[in-house]
Amino acid sequence: MKKIEAIIQPFKLEPVKEALHGLSVQGMTVTEVKGFGRQKGIREVYRGMEYQVDFLPKVKIEIVAPADKVKIIVDTIVEKARTGRIGDGKIFVYPVAEVIRIRTGETGESAV
Amino acid sequence: MNPADTAFVLVSAALVMLMTPGLALFYGGMVRSKNVLATIMQNFILLGVVGVLWAIYGYSLAFGPDVGHFIGNLDWVGLAGVGAEPFKAYSETIPHQTFMIYQAMFAIITPALITGAWAERMKFSTFLVFMVLWSTIVYNPVAHWVWGDGGWLKNLGALDFAGGTVVHINAGIAALAAALVMGPRKGYAGYGNGAEAFIPHNLPMTVLGAGLLWFGWFGFNAGSALAAGALASSAFTATHLATCAAVLSWVGTEWIARGKPTTLGAASGAVAGLVAITPAAGYVGPMSAIIIGLVAGIICYLAVLAKVKLGYDDSLDVVGVHCVGGVVGAMLTGLFATKLVNPAGGDGLFFGNPGQLWIQAVAVGVTLIYSFVVSFILFKVLDATMGLRVTPEEEMAGLDISEHQETGYSM
Repeated sequence: MKKIEAIIQPFKLEPVKEALHGLSVQGMTVTEVKGFGRQKGIREVYRGMEYQVDFLPKVKIEIVAPADKVKIIVDTIVEKARTGRIGDGKIFVYPVAEVIRIRTGETGESAV
Repeated sequence: MNPADTAFVLVSAALVMLMTPGLALFYGGMVRSKNVLATIMQNFILLGVVGVLWAIYGYSLAFGPDVGHFIGNLDWVGLAGVGAEPFKAYSETIPHQTFMIYQAMFAIITPALITGAWAERMKFSTFLVFMVLWSTIVYNPVAHWVWGDGGWLKNLGALDFAGGTVVHINAGIAALAAALVMGPRKGYAGYGNGAEAFIPHNLPMTVLGAGLLWFGWFGFNAGSALAAGALASSAFTATHLATCAAVLSWVGTEWIARGKPTTLGAASGAVAGLVAITPAAGYVGPMSAIIIGLVAGIICYLAVLAKVKLGYDDSLDVVGVHCVGGVVGAMLTGLFATKLVNPAGGDGLFFGNPGQLWIQAVAVGVTLIYSFVVSFILFKVLDATMGLRVTPEEEMAGLDISEHQETGYSM
């Protein structure tokens, strides 16, 4: 089992979610996050006062899936979240040691 | 007595009342989220504090029988004798009590304006003491000079229709004294080269506040006619047109100067226009009002930028908007006023009376000096006794927690 963590542009959440529904992904967790990558932040101006805003709003999607489905999920996210401009985000894939469904106590892949 | 006038002034009083919570939202949106409640509270609580003081002695000091052209006496303490019978020197057609409660709303919003200067760092207890003192020895006398029966600036012929001098210059210059005595917020270093960014946490709230201020200001300016009639209509029209024009000129100036038109600029321009037309509203025609608004939007924008060069931290630009806007309005009243609009008013320079400009300058200068000096002394005394600021740790944690033990937004 793997955990896929994708940090994407907020306005790409909807197309990514729709496409992942099509792959019958069991579930996902979404968080509003802030951060920066190589592009750094942007400048904002309030009543003539300029401020460097380092942290830009992004959305983080977390999905746990069987190892054999990771490639298609990652490819789908890359396809749907890409604009081709800086700030499109990143995807990280981690191994998952265990999954437990709280309601029933099931463990392993059937609990995903 | 006239029922239409009474109804009009009572509704106007309610409109002006709404300006104080409107101002709370206008200011509240511009601070960081950890200070939103403290900023709102410093406005809202004044409805309570000044409202009660006004009934006990404030109205008597400001509008009561004259003592030496400087202040009212104590005959009307506890609103004694302020009842159904009109007081003819102020209005022959509405109950004296109606005039009193209308004026109460002005007495409340004026000190509330100052709170923008020390936002995000002032101690609540000291704030309360300051407000009681400032209302008593600054607002009440200045209101008496300009509006009170026998007040010396009124006798001089100064034109201030709805309170450009009494309200905006008075509060605006006190704000400068506050910013100078108190010093900047922790981490404030001016133009973006500082460590911390003071980014408004909720500009939609600020725009909502500006909308409520604009709405309430019709009560402030048109209501100052104290009668439902042509003069109120004229003041209403002038108020609206000047504000429209100032929105355009502020946003246009920043678009040219910095490349983008901003929402905060539009809201700020509206308030600058409202401030500038306040003294002029009942004395100028609609085209003059547009010019006053255009000028105010540009000058107030430049004044707000200037604070960085001058090095004081007036958190929410009370000086740049209210003091400078008030001075612009008072002086332009001396140019554009005409008896064609209001026979009981006066003519300005452009209508053949250059002397009016000088009278306006005297009223402006005296108010600037009196309010600045007294406010400065009050701040110094309170700084030495109670302390003006919260501790650095409290400032970092935010005033919502340190002063009020609550937070504006919970998950």
